[in-house]
Amino acid sequence: MDKKDEADYKRTHSFALVRGSDMPDEMRAETIEMCVTALEKFASDNEKAAKMIKETMDKTFGSLWNVVIGESFGLDITHDVKGLLYFYFCTVAICIWKCS
Amino acid sequence: MPQKATSQKSKQVSPKVASQSIKTAPLKAVKPAVKKKDDENATDMGDVADEWMQGKTLLKPPDQLQLSEAELKEELTRVLTANNPHAPQNIVRYSFKERCYKPISNVDQLAIHFSLDGNMLHKDSDEARRQKARTSIAEEYVADSTAVDGSEDGRKENLGPDEEKESEDKGSRGKKEQKLTNQFNFSERASQTHNNPLREKASQTEPPPRANFSATTNQWEIYDYYIVELQKQERTKEKQKAPPVKKEDEKSKKKQSTTESQSDDITKVSPKVVQILERMVNQNRFDDIAQDFKYFEDASDEFREQEGTLLPLWKFQYEKAKKLAVTALCWSQVYKDLFAVGHGSYDFTKQGHGMLLFYSLKNSTYPEFIFKTDSGIMCLDIHVGHPHLVAVGFYDGSVAVYNMKEMGSQPIHKSTAMTGKHTDPVWQVKWQKDDMDNHPNFFSVSSDGRVTSWTLVKNELMYMDVIKLSVDGVALEGQGDDQLPTMACGTSFDFHKQIDYLYIVGTAEGKIHKCSKAYSSQFLETYNAHNMAVDAVRWNHFHPKVFISCSADWTVKIWDQTINTPMFTFDLNAPVGDVAWAPYSSTVFAAVTTDGKVHVFDLNVNKYKAICEQLVVAKKKNKLTHVEFNPVHPIIIVGDDRGYVTCLKVSPNLRKMPKEKKGQDVPKGPEVEVAKMEKILSLLREPTSAVKK
Repeated sequence: MDKKDEADYKRTHSFALVRGSDMPDEMRAETIEMCVTALEKFASDNEKAAKMIKETMDKTFGSLWNVVIGESFGLDITHDVKGLLYFYFCTVAICIWKCS
Repeated sequence: MPQKATSQKSKQVSPKVASQSIKTAPLKAVKPAVKKKDDENATDMGDVADEWMQGKTLLKPPDQLQLSEAELKEELTRVLTANNPHAPQNIVRYSFKERCYKPISNVDQLAIHFSLDGNMLHKDSDEARRQKARTSIAEEYVADSTAVDGSEDGRKENLGPDEEKESEDKGSRGKKEQKLTNQFNFSERASQTHNNPLREKASQTEPPPRANFSATTNQWEIYDYYIVELQKQERTKEKQKAPPVKKEDEKSKKKQSTTESQSDDITKVSPKVVQILERMVNQNRFDDIAQDFKYFEDASDEFREQEGTLLPLWKFQYEKAKKLAVTALCWSQVYKDLFAVGHGSYDFTKQGHGMLLFYSLKNSTYPEFIFKTDSGIMCLDIHVGHPHLVAVGFYDGSVAVYNMKEMGSQPIHKSTAMTGKHTDPVWQVKWQKDDMDNHPNFFSVSSDGRVTSWTLVKNELMYMDVIKLSVDGVALEGQGDDQLPTMACGTSFDFHKQIDYLYIVGTAEGKIHKCSKAYSSQFLETYNAHNMAVDAVRWNHFHPKVFISCSADWTVKIWDQTINTPMFTFDLNAPVGDVAWAPYSSTVFAAVTTDGKVHVFDLNVNKYKAICEQLVVAKKKNKLTHVEFNPVHPIIIVGDDRGYVTCLKVSPNLRKMPKEKKGQDVPKGPEVEVAKMEKILSLLREPTSAVKK
């Protein structure tokens, strides 16, 4: 049962669930897509995923993005208006914010 | 000791060597051999001296040293050195290194006896070279002048080599001149350009807006959130049976929910609150107008003897009614700030829809109630007792009754072709007192010559023709077929304020008929009033016999109902659209003309001329169509053919009460007004009666 639940859970939760966002809609969609790609690519290594996400964000949307990926953390950040995205994906939570 | 010995020896042979001692003392670097020579000389001399001194015994000074023979024969060497006898031989210097006094071995032995500075310079020394330069320049000057002359002459012949030479000379001269910089023939000049003053400017850009965000995530929070989300999705899936949810759906749902909540918020606010707020905003916006309305009394009226002015206050307009002319105005008797405006068109060719608007003075920007009608409105009247009932007459001949309590845009009653609607435009409607069964009823007059009475009976509108107007007289029933009665067109009517059954009707032919409700076949009286259609007839509010009429023939006439000819006639130079008595005075009335002017008359003040003639609308093209006095406030509303309604305040001069005589109580009220009018009329009656006679 547990294994089945686990597999189920992994399957059903494999979408991005936005908890908080400040971005315009298209920007948010694009960002989430890119983040999901990065996470799937570097499934085991959050650091590399974060690095890839940050670099892509800097290139596409302008400088100084910060990316935090983790399973259990607390945060209190100051971000530029229209530069925050905080969402869950499977077991990890990803917070991206811009602070130039 | 040797010295002494020396001296002793010399002394010993003193008689012989007296000269010898003189010679030997100064000589230092003399060898003993020399000494021997001296001795020999001395012996020569001594030989001579011996002979002289043989006779004497050897004299010895008493303090001479007594020496033995051997000691006397001892040879003492005397050395002459070049050492300076004055130079110290035992100089000691402190040595800091060894921290003690040390004797100096080398002592300077040089003694200068004589020095003389000469004035000879070495050829290659600096000073000598400088001297050389100076002297050579002097030579050059002389040489140059000759060279320049030569070059000038030579220029004509050989330019090339001479120029070279000249430049060379100059170059060398320049070099030499450079060196010659002393304070006697060298001057320095300096100047500085004006530097523009510098100014510092600094500015700072606004930092991009920032916001704070804080959150915590844990495994269980993620899990919980997902579960909630999934449940939501399942629910929506069940509701819509939509395809599997994608990210875009989620986002669109979120968008929808946000917009819904926004619109809910606005509609949740109760309309009453919104209305109050709107009024507040308008009051603030038109604060000065509101103040004027309440408190402003034109002070300059004291200086104007008789004339008065109209102060423009609010201007009411509704965008959808802009193309329509104002065809009717009516104040509500109960709500003193509410008035109704009927919109339509007087133009026969341009007939379209109409509008019925209700404005309040508290909100001049937007009407309180709006009713749209198919046909243009020509007249309206608000019931005195039931202020929610409004009777309206249309251009197409129908009449309608609106109930303002109901929000619907349709009238509660409307007359149709079957229920007796007029065949021509309805020009005037007027509510009457409720009949015996307490049914509201009103009268209407139309161009089809009928004056009809309508009664609201149990949600139905019932009509009854009261009288039929005709050109010659009343249309008599039962007249022969050969004579079709020509119907006159009724254009206005008014009911007597006190005598209920008495009313007057104005026609398009210019006649005014006095009628009674009791008699449906006959007029009580007919007045040949005007040359053109009578636009308005009104009974005086106070005097029971006086009424006023106006017409497109440019005149306003005041009548006493008992007399066939008008008491007063005023020519206003333009077609008169409407005339109205003032509710506060029996002698004041206002008339509006198509040239945009409002004329206010006070018969008590001036019987021949208006006391106020004022252009009210901005452009003269605007024809004023109607005027109404407010029953309570000293304001009038004027409607024009562009759809604007202007509200004006009547200045004090136009509201004059008769002057009080000292000591007498002047009774106020209608009696006074009646008396006033009577007085004026009596002045006229005498001559008219005289004329009659």
